[in-house]
Amino acid sequence: MMTLRDLINKLLGRETSSANTARERLQLVLAHDRVDMSSLTTDLLDKMRKEILDVVAKYVEIDFDEVAVSLETEDRMTALVANLPIKRTISGEIKFKKTDKTDKANKDIKK
Amino acid sequence: MGKNTRTILICSGKGGVGKTTLTANLGIALANSGATTAVLDADFGLRNLDLLLGLENRIIYTAQDVLDKNCRLDQALVRHKKEPNLALLPAGDPRMLDWMKPEDMKKISELLSENFDFVLVDCPAGVEDGFKNALAACKEAIVVTNPELSAVRDADRVIGILNTSDIEPIQLVINRVRPNMMASQEMLSIEDVQGILSLPLLGIVLEDEQVIISTNRGEPLTLSDGRSPAKKCYLNVSQRLTNKDVPIIDPKKEGKSLKDKFMRLMQTKVF
Repeated sequence: MMTLRDLINKLLGRETSSANTARERLQLVLAHDRVDMSSLTTDLLDKMRKEILDVVAKYVEIDFDEVAVSLETEDRMTALVANLPIKRTISGEIKFKKTDKTDKANKDIKK
Repeated sequence: MGKNTRTILICSGKGGVGKTTLTANLGIALANSGATTAVLDADFGLRNLDLLLGLENRIIYTAQDVLDKNCRLDQALVRHKKEPNLALLPAGDPRMLDWMKPEDMKKISELLSENFDFVLVDCPAGVEDGFKNALAACKEAIVVTNPELSAVRDADRVIGILNTSDIEPIQLVINRVRPNMMASQEMLSIEDVQGILSLPLLGIVLEDEQVIISTNRGEPLTLSDGRSPAKKCYLNVSQRLTNKDVPIIDPKKEGKSLKDKFMRLMQTKVF
């Protein structure tokens, strides 16, 4: 979205308004605060990551180099996002190519 | 009376954003509309609600005395002479800092609920024990914030804690709004603050020097006859709280000078 003021500022090569700067700074600091506030410390997240992988690894072979488990915050919700690329099923049959992004599990944690 | 009493926590996290001023003005406005209203100063370490209401010389007992059975509830309640539907109850004495527990506050709020339609609890700043005590006394909450970084950040922390409790609904009041600064985009907008905190907006209060004058006098604006921008806002919040179908005051429409109109033109969306 751009207002008439933004347009004029842009044409004159001026800086963006301080409200804009405030909004951006606030969004960053809150994203940080909201995750920090949860009881999910890095240690706990690591532990949870291992346990999730153990469960999934019982059924499919995972590409461990490409695994990513992280917390993502949007609005007031924090989501646990796991990206677990699958090499093959345990039976040996190749189902996916290595580059496929598969098994994206979203679990919402209400905070 | 009693069962449907609304016990409302008025909190902010950060100090100095206007919790106590909102409590005092909202208390008077609700009482004036006919609802029996108690305002409980849960900030007993640094209590100030008595000053804003002009009742500082009339406090004899506190909620602490009621719980200790040193006096009856009606002896501890300080009735406002100009607005008899309003009563103040200080939670405790500033000299005693450690005695209060969440159960104590809950008991006080239950006692008040038997006698009042509204109980407004003025919460201390911070997110520690004082806040948690006050929280235990309430069923719903109003989060007060200012359109500035530190206030919004602290409000966010408070909302995070409220969200893990049974408090419902949690509504937002944005205080000290300066329409001109918002129009020139030198202040976070109402939409910014509300969007970031994702709470339903109960209302806004415009920046107004009359607030300082009324505090000096110990007479909340909602008690005075005069007209002032903040008074209009407090009445609006009070009406919206009692579910009257009135729209929120729009800061964009508050400035009436030529400069304000120009500022509004500059806000026009071009694409």
